[in-house]
Amino acid sequence: MSAATYWCCLRSIIVREGLRFLHQRERFFAALVRPLVWLAIFAVGFRAVLGVSIIPPYETYILYDEYVVPGLVAMIQLFNGMQNSLSMVYDREMGSMRTLLVSPLPRWYLLVAKLLAGVAVSIAQVYVFLGIAWLWGVEPPPLGYLAALPALLLSGLMLGALGLLLSSFVKQLENFAGVMNFVIFPMLFASSALYPLWRIREGSPTLYQIAAWNPFTQAVELIRFSLYLRVDVTALLWVTGCLVLFLGAAVLAYDPGRGFWARRGGPAEQA
Amino acid sequence: MYEAAMPADPPSIPAIHGPPALAVEELSHSFGKRVALDHVSFAVPPGGFTMLLGLNGAGKTTLFSLITRLYSNRTGAIRIFGFDLRRQPTRALERIGVVFQQPTLDLDLTVRQNLRYHGGLHGMAPSDCEARAREELARIGLAERADDKVRALSGGQRRRVEIARALLHRPNLLLLDEPTVGLDTESRRQILGHVRALCREQGLAVLWATHLLDEARDEDSVVILHQGRLRASGSVRAVCAESGSATLPIAFAASTTGERRP
Repeated sequence: MSAATYWCCLRSIIVREGLRFLHQRERFFAALVRPLVWLAIFAVGFRAVLGVSIIPPYETYILYDEYVVPGLVAMIQLFNGMQNSLSMVYDREMGSMRTLLVSPLPRWYLLVAKLLAGVAVSIAQVYVFLGIAWLWGVEPPPLGYLAALPALLLSGLMLGALGLLLSSFVKQLENFAGVMNFVIFPMLFASSALYPLWRIREGSPTLYQIAAWNPFTQAVELIRFSLYLRVDVTALLWVTGCLVLFLGAAVLAYDPGRGFWARRGGPAEQA
Repeated sequence: MYEAAMPADPPSIPAIHGPPALAVEELSHSFGKRVALDHVSFAVPPGGFTMLLGLNGAGKTTLFSLITRLYSNRTGAIRIFGFDLRRQPTRALERIGVVFQQPTLDLDLTVRQNLRYHGGLHGMAPSDCEARAREELARIGLAERADDKVRALSGGQRRRVEIARALLHRPNLLLLDEPTVGLDTESRRQILGHVRALCREQGLAVLWATHLLDEARDEDSVVILHQGRLRASGSVRAVCAESGSATLPIAFAASTTGERRP
């Protein structure tokens, strides 16, 4: 197997993901409307309630709108990661997952390629959102848009890997709504996406601890700092560590010899 | 009708004395306590057409999942042209093409996009993929539908596209799991005829799983699976003779009655 083989495989998985995304216009708009609603309604309402003091990486007082944008960017990636894992479960039930897995390339590579394809789609959404946020008046330094790219790649992969791991635990599509409630909302609300950590500490020291340990908080901070041309080393290490952990566990879960299929049977046997 | 398109390069016909296209040896698999396959052994010769017969729940799908490495066998061995699926999965998998029981085409993508995706998964370069797609689509008589969305095709046409897709990377062994389920008689006849022609003209080894006994012909090899066990295998004549039956349906009925011993 040559490098060209691997490249052709990766490219075709990304192209397919992109095409599928473009064909589902509703999905595109839904993915975009969600953070915009937060920005245009929630942020405006919260502007008065929540004063944000000067905290790194910001150098002046900022409006709440500006604070919340990196959090909403991470939210797009969180929803995308979960959406992808949902589509993995769907593909598993519908059988198109089998087409992917019958490829002669190593399975870990197929999973990583699938993950990268999902992240590519999510990054496209993020930049469209950042463009609209710019029109809205949230203007990070121009170079920040470039500096955020590696951070977005890393956080997108980490959240996607978490989704992938979750998808291996979910037996059927119907069970997925529970996962959304038990994963997405706690991760989003117990994080620094919508309010700074020091504000959470004022409310509840316990919740603060939870939020500080939340990988999603780390993803948000990684993106926030990079967007303002700073590096949050702690967040970088956290996100990288979580990525390795989640991806490793997901690869094990999908391993043909050890994974869940060998024990439970494939889609048809379960039916 | 199908156009008589010739492939651009001569088909690779495996040597007659080489290893079997597919060798299943002492294969067992269980899900928890439920035994899905119990010491199953059989072989598909290169260039041969083999029918895998079994009722629903016989273990056909589990067998297909193991052969396509959806999950791995723990006991026994599966060899594709001599390559052990567990030890050399890449060498083994690149030699097989699969048509699954469930339709697996992306309905919203065009036929060409679907084929390209599959070609990419097998590491084919886009230009090679394009040429092969044209060839295979011409063979199934759907060349002019390449840019139509799959959704616009009939059930029979979709199946034919799936066969074209499975052949895109030039496999030597084609596996089909109940490929005619849900199709009308005419589509069934066409697809079966098409695959038989591939086997005859291209030297492709075929394993065709079905519960429809009328799809088997006298010159086929058959493998009869029942409740996870191999009940008979060999040529249709040999299987009939062994059970003292006049026809395959009688032989099949004879070998699939009787429950599994506890």
